[in-house]
Amino acid sequence: MRSRFDDLLTTLNNSMIEMGALVERAISQASQALLEQDAEIARRVMEGDEAIDQMEKEIEGLCLKLLLQQQPVAKDLRQISTALKMITDMERIGDQAADISEICLYLANEHQIIAKQEHIQQMSKVTIKMVTGAIDAFVKKDRELADWVIAQDDEVDALYTAVKKDLINLIHDNVENGEQAFDLLQIAKYYERIGDHAVNLAEWVIFSITGEHKNKRVL
Amino acid sequence: MSYCFEIKGLDLFYGEFQALKNINMNIEEGGITAYIGPSGCGKSTLIKTLNRMNDLIEGCKITGEIKLFGEDIYGNMDVNVLRKRVGMVFQKPNPFPMSVYDNIAFGPRTHGTRSKAQLNQIVEESLQKAAIWDEVKDRLHKSALGLSGGQQQRLCIARALAVNPEVLLLDEPTSALDPISTGKIEELLLTLKEKYSIIIVTHNMQQATRISDNTAFFLLGEVIEYGKTEDLFAMPKDKRTEDYITGRFG
Repeated sequence: MRSRFDDLLTTLNNSMIEMGALVERAISQASQALLEQDAEIARRVMEGDEAIDQMEKEIEGLCLKLLLQQQPVAKDLRQISTALKMITDMERIGDQAADISEICLYLANEHQIIAKQEHIQQMSKVTIKMVTGAIDAFVKKDRELADWVIAQDDEVDALYTAVKKDLINLIHDNVENGEQAFDLLQIAKYYERIGDHAVNLAEWVIFSITGEHKNKRVL
Repeated sequence: MSYCFEIKGLDLFYGEFQALKNINMNIEEGGITAYIGPSGCGKSTLIKTLNRMNDLIEGCKITGEIKLFGEDIYGNMDVNVLRKRVGMVFQKPNPFPMSVYDNIAFGPRTHGTRSKAQLNQIVEESLQKAAIWDEVKDRLHKSALGLSGGQQQRLCIARALAVNPEVLLLDEPTSALDPISTGKIEELLLTLKEKYSIIIVTHNMQQATRISDNTAFFLLGEVIEYGKTEDLFAMPKDKRTEDYITGRFG
């Protein structure tokens, strides 16, 4: 009865999964570039950002086409409007992975990275899980998973504080560590922001399931 | 909150066929209530019941209670008085084959208004209210059949308003009209709801979301869901409502 509409909604979900995969890979490769001081990988992440931007435009176009042609209501309307909101955060996450990579280009020339990177790498792992979880929750309409993503933000914030402490100690030990410490703090801040964007994603997923955004009825 | 209609335990049979099943519904005064649902679900039958247009149908049996501002319409109420208080506009514009003026004056004359000055006033006011005065003021004495479909439908609304009703029933009033005429009727209804209670049957889901305050979804003679329009279209409670409004029905 509405198979064309259903086909397009499936296309939308698949595109969201695809964009989600690109974003996850960008974060993961940015972390690898930092860990291995690999300028080549960092450059690849920066170049790959264009593909994420392109996906955002494609999904945006598809959502607007669906709104125009199908005039959706109820869960269809929530699914499409949620996708429209989510891609903005996903695109920002892609930018932040590129920003991390840009700093990695400079750090690749350093003799060595001063800090033990446990906490930063841990931030990377948690944020990747958050982004993956949010996209999965959207596709599977999984409220519990979306709640889980939101709950992870505290861990990311705690890790950010831990990184900051590590870096203060390093500057305290040797003031010449200062410049690199600032770069690393900036990287940690980008991960912290990625965590916030993942929370935004999960909050919109909850809207698509319940009609409520941050416990407030939107529609 | 006050209600124009209070419907309790309403059953309606056409012979053996039960067209309405245990309808219980209070309709808000001074708003627009939309009835939606697939063809044959009972929505037109219900609005016809609200001004007793089913009375003449052979084999039609109605039980239950319908009150208009507290008065039982199937009790002692005079049907002519009921139809003056509850006007009706149909899917296909149906102007009488007479002048624009006489179409509007027909109702008031039937109800005893004779004064020329008074009739002139009613005709002008009714056409103004129906947002068609400017288009017909120079051709009041020409045949109403010469008007476009959209103009004819607004004329029919003006004709219903001429007897000063309390409620307006509209059975798919825009389904035969182009988008511009449809837009004009929708704008008009949004203005009229300040003074009249309006019940509209529509197959156009977007129309229901655009203009109505409350919506009832009918299926096989039953009211499946009834509530605020934005709730029903954003977060329907019943799966059957969700399936129907999203086009998954069937």
